[in-house]
Amino acid sequence: MTKKLRVNKYLDTIPDAIITKYLEIGANPDVISLGIGEPDFSTPYHIREAAIEALSLGKTFYTPAKGLLGLRKEIANTMKRKNRLDYDPSTQILVTIGASEAIEVALITLLNVGDEVIVVSPSYLSYEPIVKMCGGVVVNVETKEEDGFKLTKNALLEKLSDKTRLILLNYPNNPTGAIMNKEELVEIASILKDRDIHVLSDEIYSELSYTKKHFSIAECEGMYEKTLVINGFSKTYAMTGWRLGYVCAPKEIIDVLAKYHQYAILCAPTISQFAGIEALKNGDDAIVHMRDEYDMRRRFVVDRLNTMGLPTSNPLGAFYVFINIKSSGMSSTVFCDTLLEKKKVALIPGNAFGKSGEGFVRLSYSYSIQHIKEALNLLEEFILELK
Amino acid sequence: MDKLLKILKDNARLSTKELSAMLNRTEVEIINQISELENNGIIKGYKTLINEQKINAGVTALIELKVTPKKEFGFQDIADRVMQFSEVESVYLMAGDYDLAVFVKGETIQDVAMFVSKRLAPLDSVISTATHFVLQKYKQDGVVLDDSKNNDIRSQMVKE
Repeated sequence: MTKKLRVNKYLDTIPDAIITKYLEIGANPDVISLGIGEPDFSTPYHIREAAIEALSLGKTFYTPAKGLLGLRKEIANTMKRKNRLDYDPSTQILVTIGASEAIEVALITLLNVGDEVIVVSPSYLSYEPIVKMCGGVVVNVETKEEDGFKLTKNALLEKLSDKTRLILLNYPNNPTGAIMNKEELVEIASILKDRDIHVLSDEIYSELSYTKKHFSIAECEGMYEKTLVINGFSKTYAMTGWRLGYVCAPKEIIDVLAKYHQYAILCAPTISQFAGIEALKNGDDAIVHMRDEYDMRRRFVVDRLNTMGLPTSNPLGAFYVFINIKSSGMSSTVFCDTLLEKKKVALIPGNAFGKSGEGFVRLSYSYSIQHIKEALNLLEEFILELK
Repeated sequence: MDKLLKILKDNARLSTKELSAMLNRTEVEIINQISELENNGIIKGYKTLINEQKINAGVTALIELKVTPKKEFGFQDIADRVMQFSEVESVYLMAGDYDLAVFVKGETIQDVAMFVSKRLAPLDSVISTATHFVLQKYKQDGVVLDDSKNNDIRSQMVKE
């Protein structure tokens, strides 16, 4: 008799990721995938060159735990320039292994067993598992298509309790493409101001907001003190594989995050940090170029979907469209599996992003127009054949 | 470059409806701008990029021409004459070691060689020619021709 491997008891509460199957099938050359959630651009060459230079100069050693001071200074400049937020480079910024580590280190250090964490759902698929691994209790606040998948004050109020420790916010949003504007965030801030709750604001898609400049909840009155702004280089500069992100927060929070990060990680990859400095200093043109390109694709996709009778919530951020497929009478999984089988097009079932994603599928438009067009032609055939 | 031109440069087959959605402008505006670009001679045509290596469609050569420019006309006169030949695909005036870069297409190497010696070399102002045959086209008009290179690199990277 083989003994079951003894593992962390929280691990069993985490399901296997549904998305993996669809990404694997999507990698098959016969399949046209609109599944991948990462930029299709290569990292701009001047950024790669900065890393190459650091390598050739042999700058391959550990950096300070919080990251190169030069990089933290550039992050502070960027936060000031783009979000009107002031952070002291030496005490209020921690450079991490992608935004992913920023989320993990924040959850590990701020949570105690039994603490409740509000996860705005449907959500990025890593939030819930990490909260659970920390012994936290996930409390979902489900956003609705008719609200444009935005978090509303009333929905949040219903789920707040005296055990609520954190709120995880992600706007512009994966998987819905929703953004939240200043007025809407001020509403949310108004009920958090006097509560001892911190906000983990994952703003990884901040540069991919197509109709207005990104606004951070940390900019709302009374929120700077209780918000951890998380961002990174992956989506903004097409640097997913570099694994580089950061978190900005009040000093007392960065102190505790850095304490754990130092033991667990030592520091983010040095070469990536040098690339990051170049990205923040000289990467604005590349951002504009990529944003314009995504925006054209976004309009193209939304127009086509509307024409073929698949309503969308007109997403204004990130590079996703969350499509309502309830009229097909199928579940998200059946819809995606049948579409794969009949038309060899890969989308991601909405329930991969939480229960409230059921009835939707996620389409990523981080692909060339030609590729998107081929996939949408096939999707349209599929929809017509259903009728 | 204008956004509309930039899109059309890569993909001339998008419909005016699709273009209007992408650029957030009315279809009428798009139609008008395209005909204006055509009338102004900015858009010179819509062609298909064919990977001719797959259909054995003959040979291409680059001919470097050194010429004597004519008084008053400079290089225009000789360029006018060279581009008359249907074998000539493109003609560029160059800065550097030679004057005109002439791309020529023929069925066989012999065809091209004959064309150069019988047609181009004897022209009045031509001083010398140097013929270079194209062996392999890797990238043409901004498009990588090897199909395997066009697969999504993201998918290849995550394969175990």
